[in-house]
Amino acid sequence: MHRVAVTGIGVICALGRNADEFAGALREGRSGIRPIQGSDCSTLRFRNGAEVAAYDHHPYFDDKRADFMDRFAQFAVIAAREAVADAGVEWTPELRESSAIITGSCVGGQATEDAGFHNVYKMGQTRVHPLTIPKTMANAGASHISMEFGITGPSFTISTACSSASHAIGQAFWMVRSGMAPMAITGGSEAPFSYGILKAWEALRVVSPDTCRPFSKDRTGMILGEGGAMLVLEPLEAAKARGARIHAEIVGFGMSSDACHITQPSADGAARAMRAAVCDAHLMPEAIAYINAHGTGTQANDLTETSAIRAVFGPHAERLAVSSTKSMHGHALGAAGALEAMAVILGMRDGFVPPTANYNEPDPECDLDVVPNAARTAQVEYAISNSFAFGGLNAVLAFRR
Amino acid sequence: MSDELIQRVRTVIANTQRIPVEKITIDSSFQELGIDSMDGVNILFALENEFNITIPDEAAKQIRDVRQMIEGVEKLIGGGTADAAPVTS
Repeated sequence: MHRVAVTGIGVICALGRNADEFAGALREGRSGIRPIQGSDCSTLRFRNGAEVAAYDHHPYFDDKRADFMDRFAQFAVIAAREAVADAGVEWTPELRESSAIITGSCVGGQATEDAGFHNVYKMGQTRVHPLTIPKTMANAGASHISMEFGITGPSFTISTACSSASHAIGQAFWMVRSGMAPMAITGGSEAPFSYGILKAWEALRVVSPDTCRPFSKDRTGMILGEGGAMLVLEPLEAAKARGARIHAEIVGFGMSSDACHITQPSADGAARAMRAAVCDAHLMPEAIAYINAHGTGTQANDLTETSAIRAVFGPHAERLAVSSTKSMHGHALGAAGALEAMAVILGMRDGFVPPTANYNEPDPECDLDVVPNAARTAQVEYAISNSFAFGGLNAVLAFRR
Repeated sequence: MSDELIQRVRTVIANTQRIPVEKITIDSSFQELGIDSMDGVNILFALENEFNITIPDEAAKQIRDVRQMIEGVEKLIGGGTADAAPVTS
């Protein structure tokens, strides 16, 4: 069994186009939630989202390559490039053959599909573009990362709605820990700002007409986000031997399913995933100092998550810092767990706890220390990141500074 | 509140919940009928289609029983959709 180091990080989202920009925004408690530009919202009950502002593929991909990639796959490759460069990976034929790529995505390239179906259903066209299928498939992010670096080892994609990236990172962590892979590129990417997808979210009545205010009494729902975040994982001893910079360690991973309801969360399922992660890390709950909450800003999640945290941590819950960075980067669905893992890693590395932005008013039913509005200077030794998906599939990662 | 309106709302709820319409009275609570939050969202969707209305999220959150649902629909078909989001269809 190896200890597992995070030696490379890369991110693109509403808060910035690299890890430094992302860390800066988290530290300042700056929200990336703005009026949605990527789709016409005049017929929607919400207007705001957390998009990558003024994104264009040009600094990243030439037109020919971009033709083959939905925006979500582009985000995957952009984040992976930064992570691999950051890790200073020195590729050898053996390393390329055995490294793993595990990505998460919820909707994949549905924006491409949406546009293609619009053309046939609405515009009366008789054909859909032949790249619709290869651009839409949720594994396109992993595939394009493999082609980018010539990695021929085990590569796959996990799609568990809002837990996708955490499930992906957890699998990659276990593969590196067990020695199955000497290195892994893992994370998630998502780009859901397409009219059809937005209408489907509107129908669920969980998107805020305003902004995302997790754990605040006046919260009105979630805000959709987009982006990609990737980590490079490798055995700690190998990373030290080659003199790599170690951002943090991943020390535990826990999963559970609610077996309860297709959309409503269960405190029991969430609690079991947190316990499993802490147990997998061989820690006592009291060792955890910070929780990056799932914290969607919906009525149901924030109440349920609060009671789940209390159930797991007991009196120690009073000493925990618990924040939701979705208040800043939005809910990026299948990328959410990766953005949030990144927030934990950067906070631990740089000595701060990221805040819950947009917080107005304490809710007696969400009465944890939610680090309202301003980041806090703190040396966090151990932290966990929660992801609780629609469908009741939960994934929790544990980190060490 | 007309009998016709009551009947139409009961029918929408029955069809959406796949329960006999006889089980649904104007005084039934969602809890009694086993209607959870996702079921409620499904019923709102069906009501919007049935009456060609748009039910705002804020109004939707307050509804806990059949009577409130009928009153809400009545308000929207009577007063138009002035307090609702714009619709295209």
